[in-house]
Amino acid sequence: MDYWRKSPKVFWSFGIPPTIWLFALFLAPLFLVWGLSFGEKQGIIEVAITGTLENYSRAVQPLYLQIFLKSFWYAGLTTFFCLVISFPIALAITSASERWKPILLLLVILPFWTNLLIRTYALIAVLRTNGYLNDLLELIWLSADSGLRILGLGDWNLFGERFHRFELLYNNFAVVYGLVYVHLPFMVLPLYAALDRMDRSYIEASLDLGAGQWRTFRSVIVPLALPGIISGVIITFIPALGSYLTPDLLGGTDSQMIANVIERQFKSANDWPFGAALSFLLMYLTFFALAVRALLTRHNEKGLA
Amino acid sequence: MADRPVILQIKQVVKSFGNVHAVNGVNLNIYEGEFFALLGPSGCGKTTLLRMLAGFEFPSEGSIKIDGKETRDIPPNQRPVNMVFQSYAVFPHMNVFDNVAYGLKVAKTPREEVKERVQDALALVKLDGYELRKPDQLSGGQRQRVALARALVKRPRVLLLDEPLSALDAKLREAMQLELVKLQKAVGITFLIVTHDQEEALSMADRIAVMENGVVRQVAPPGELYESPNCRFVADFIGRMNLFAGIVEGHEDWGGLNVKTELLGKLTIPHSERVSSKLHLAVRPEKLRISSEILPSSYFSFPGEVDAVVYHGSESHVYLKTDAGPFLCATLTNLSRISVRPKKGDRLWIGWAPEDTLVLSE
Repeated sequence: MDYWRKSPKVFWSFGIPPTIWLFALFLAPLFLVWGLSFGEKQGIIEVAITGTLENYSRAVQPLYLQIFLKSFWYAGLTTFFCLVISFPIALAITSASERWKPILLLLVILPFWTNLLIRTYALIAVLRTNGYLNDLLELIWLSADSGLRILGLGDWNLFGERFHRFELLYNNFAVVYGLVYVHLPFMVLPLYAALDRMDRSYIEASLDLGAGQWRTFRSVIVPLALPGIISGVIITFIPALGSYLTPDLLGGTDSQMIANVIERQFKSANDWPFGAALSFLLMYLTFFALAVRALLTRHNEKGLA
Repeated sequence: MADRPVILQIKQVVKSFGNVHAVNGVNLNIYEGEFFALLGPSGCGKTTLLRMLAGFEFPSEGSIKIDGKETRDIPPNQRPVNMVFQSYAVFPHMNVFDNVAYGLKVAKTPREEVKERVQDALALVKLDGYELRKPDQLSGGQRQRVALARALVKRPRVLLLDEPLSALDAKLREAMQLELVKLQKAVGITFLIVTHDQEEALSMADRIAVMENGVVRQVAPPGELYESPNCRFVADFIGRMNLFAGIVEGHEDWGGLNVKTELLGKLTIPHSERVSSKLHLAVRPEKLRISSEILPSSYFSFPGEVDAVVYHGSESHVYLKTDAGPFLCATLTNLSRISVRPKKGDRLWIGWAPEDTLVLSE
């Protein structure tokens, strides 16, 4: 552990560049924004940092709180769906043969190789009213309908007179759908790591003692994978909470999340102090959620120990 | 043993992984109340066989009957057997009580009965008072007792033990061997243990099946296995053995066998059973006699020289080079504290009684 004490030169030469990087490019700008959140707008570009709490009191107005709440709700839904979808995927990869594992993992990571913007546009192409999904559904409808006509049931119009294309885009559904799609790998990977590390004999022992598959899943696999589940939930929930692009491109007028509001303050509304206050409020709330989790797990570990 | 009912009937069982036969036509009958050991080097198929009994693997061919019932379509959670895993697999997120109670709770046993049976099982493995401990607060030996209690509390027809002592240190292992035997006699459940440690098998089991390359070589009680191995592999695997290849040259009227060995010349061995023309002669190191004077004329004896002496505490292994060529190993028990032991380079007579010679087929 104290190896660096013995060779301080090596330690400093490796330690200083990232420290500078962290300060100059992350902490300093963060501090500037924090300062701005206590400022007042004076003219078009000047901001005077007056120490006012006006921005924060505006940020906790019901209008914005509602958006905060909605962001938490969407991020929570996203995390939930990601968890439910990822668990079977991670389990399947874990139980795949050694030859298939890297290929399946690659498939999970593959979307990262494409820019988020491009992926989101691709999603639009799939989901829009004239998109591929509706084309496919229409094809199914047409063949089912012509099947009925062959059977002589055509006049009954059992499936409706014509195919109504679904409005899949520019609503809350599209936003959550897009968020789940984007964040799925963040959930699969930690779950896979946790499940793959798990000794198979725990599962076998459970079966051996008479437990069925479901009982084994509930009483052995999930509790043993809990650290993986928790880290998956965190690294899915936090970026989902601050999502900007997905609600912007896939959402309707009423599905904007807090990041969209913040963006508007910095750009079209040109109200940097208020945007800064909203940003920091989001950060405080995230920290608060993390602190609650840390308390909960510590309590849990105590209970376990 | 044979007067007891058969509890496990393994018939022509084959297990193939790809084109490798891990288990290749095993036939075994295991009787009720028996302490049975599957012994063999790693990769001989003993663990695969055990896993088929537990239901984690399915035989490619053949049948396994537990209590007369074909097990092919019975999943592991419905078999009347329980297993003690090599890694123990004690659930780390449950305390000792919940670990032992798990199998009973799964079976929806009434609360009061669960409590009673768990207490009994823990008392049986001498872990009473440890109910609320977590596995990470237990030693390796204690975790193993939890695994034992957890399996025994289900009152299985057969308890399967997969290398249960391999993770324990030497002293604890010896104590546990004794304890397992006592425990088995106390509960009367059939124990089937898999081990690669011949000493473990010899000291615990009522009967042992020695396996090699997916095939059972010999099934016998420990004494018989050691003194009358039926083939070269078993003789060499159990204990130490001096082996020489030989060719049968003829039979004596009184039941003797004339064998020509390349290195030790012609020997006449009392052996009345039929043998193949090519065979191996074997003699245990502790049956060898070494002496500075010539041995009695009834002995096979050869002049030679001490090549090395390895001291093991209670006994010493003396490696001897006969003038004719082959090396032999003799075991000397160190009976007195101060005694003259042979040294490297000493000239000696080496020999053994003809009736201590084992005749082994290839």
